Amino acid sequence: MAGEERRAVKLRIENVKKEYVGERGTTIALNGVNLDIMENEFVCVVGPSGCGKSTLLNIIAGLHEATSGTCYLDGKPIQGTGVERGVVFQQYALFPWQTVIQNVMFGPMMKRLPKAECQEIARKYIKMVGLEEFENSFPKELSGGMKQRVAIARAYANNPEVLLMDEPFGALDAQTRAQLQTELLKTWEEEKKTCFFITHDVDEAILLAQRVVIMSARPGRIKRIVDIDIPYPRDQATKNDPEFMRLKAEIWNEVYQEYLEVRK
Amino acid sequence: METKNEITQEKPTEQAKPTPPAPKKKKFVISNRVWLLISFLVAMLVWFLLSQGEKTGRSFPFIDETFIKSFPLMAFERKVLWKDLASSMICAVCGFCLGFVTAVPVAFLMAWYLPVRKIIEPWINFIRNIPALAYAPLIVIMVGVGKTPAIILIWICTFMTMCITIYGGIRNIDNTLVKAARVLGANDMDIFFRITLPATVPFIITAVRLGLGAGLTTLLAAESTGAQAGLGMRIMALKGNFESAPMLMYIIIIGIIGTLLNILVDFIERRLTSWQEKREGQ
Repeated sequence: MAGEERRAVKLRIENVKKEYVGERGTTIALNGVNLDIMENEFVCVVGPSGCGKSTLLNIIAGLHEATSGTCYLDGKPIQGTGVERGVVFQQYALFPWQTVIQNVMFGPMMKRLPKAECQEIARKYIKMVGLEEFENSFPKELSGGMKQRVAIARAYANNPEVLLMDEPFGALDAQTRAQLQTELLKTWEEEKKTCFFITHDVDEAILLAQRVVIMSARPGRIKRIVDIDIPYPRDQATKNDPEFMRLKAEIWNEVYQEYLEVRK
Repeated sequence: METKNEITQEKPTEQAKPTPPAPKKKKFVISNRVWLLISFLVAMLVWFLLSQGEKTGRSFPFIDETFIKSFPLMAFERKVLWKDLASSMICAVCGFCLGFVTAVPVAFLMAWYLPVRKIIEPWINFIRNIPALAYAPLIVIMVGVGKTPAIILIWICTFMTMCITIYGGIRNIDNTLVKAARVLGANDMDIFFRITLPATVPFIITAVRLGLGAGLTTLLAAESTGAQAGLGMRIMALKGNFESAPMLMYIIIIGIIGTLLNILVDFIERRLTSWQEKREGQ
């Protein structure tokens, strides 16, 4: 492998296998997963539920350990969690006893930065997601979309190199989801952070990503990788683009085939 | 009675809503304070009726006998009421505090370490179901009469109730929160102090509430161990003379203490866990 090429690879997933040992024997959640994600790239993973896409994200995040195989960040093997990999969860995972600003400050506080500096960082990202008026609210006072914005701000506040997003908009209604997709696109175009985004929504995947990874189930493996050659900036109108529709029909069909496989 | 009237009044107004010219009938809202008063009056009425019955009257003399006559009798003539109150409170507070400071660490150990959980949990559940009165004599044989066995009994009962409750709470902590803290760079200490502890507070408060209840209900058993004074001990002493009026007064005093403690816990709960999502209407 050429030296220059290796530099461009931000995240390398190499031969990752994950087995769960349960009472009814061993389940293989992932088998032989290989994927290179380039610096600043936006990659979406789609697949039927149970195909191991969340497991893969958890392994990259360092929350789970692979049975065999390794993930590399900038060529260094990943061991455990690290602040250079920020995670946004589907269920927001905000700390309910902390206000919005305290939630967003959490990462910088863990770096033991001075409190004033943490607040400054937090305010910057709260502003980015447009929740300045709510910095002293508790999560219970916010809607689902606002909660997820806080979670995204919290991930950004830690200034990660890679953003791992586990179906972040899955629990939101269609309008809120569309709005947050647009906001995420804008942020990504500005900050160009490497994004690894999991979704079961094919539209969402094509709209956001430069490459869509289709996974098959049982055991979870990469079935196909589709390049999305629709130029940025993209927005909701991109969904009417003929290329978008063509890709959607193609990818949707493959995902549906996999879904039928799982049903068997 | 009152409640039924309220319901039958409400229904027609709700059905009448679609018809445009709504009749004057306004939805009649009764405030919580008024409900409390109504509830109190109903209880008084029931008590009064009980006191009028030939047989029930023997056990439930009305407020004049129970408080107006018995209070001076026990407080000033026999001079035991304050001593009883003090003694019971000392036993209950000491037992409860011991129960609390032991239950919290044991609950955490049970939640964190499988062997601790597997070994302890079945026995806590086993002993919890045995009435304290049953093993009270064993404690007396061990440590003698007086306040000590009473405190130990209350300790045992409050410990088990609180330990199981707190343990259940820790086990129920949303693991996603721990994960979220981890990926933001929190170490084990941070996770304990910033995630586990605050997430456990609501369960600790519930445990305190249940523990206080357990402490009071164990009072009688605890003071059956040859205590020199105490609310529970006095009730059993009065039983010998069929003095139902002062007995009833003591029983009601225990109830009042329980209610006051509950109000205190409610107050603390509001201060500490206002961030919690509450179900509407309680």
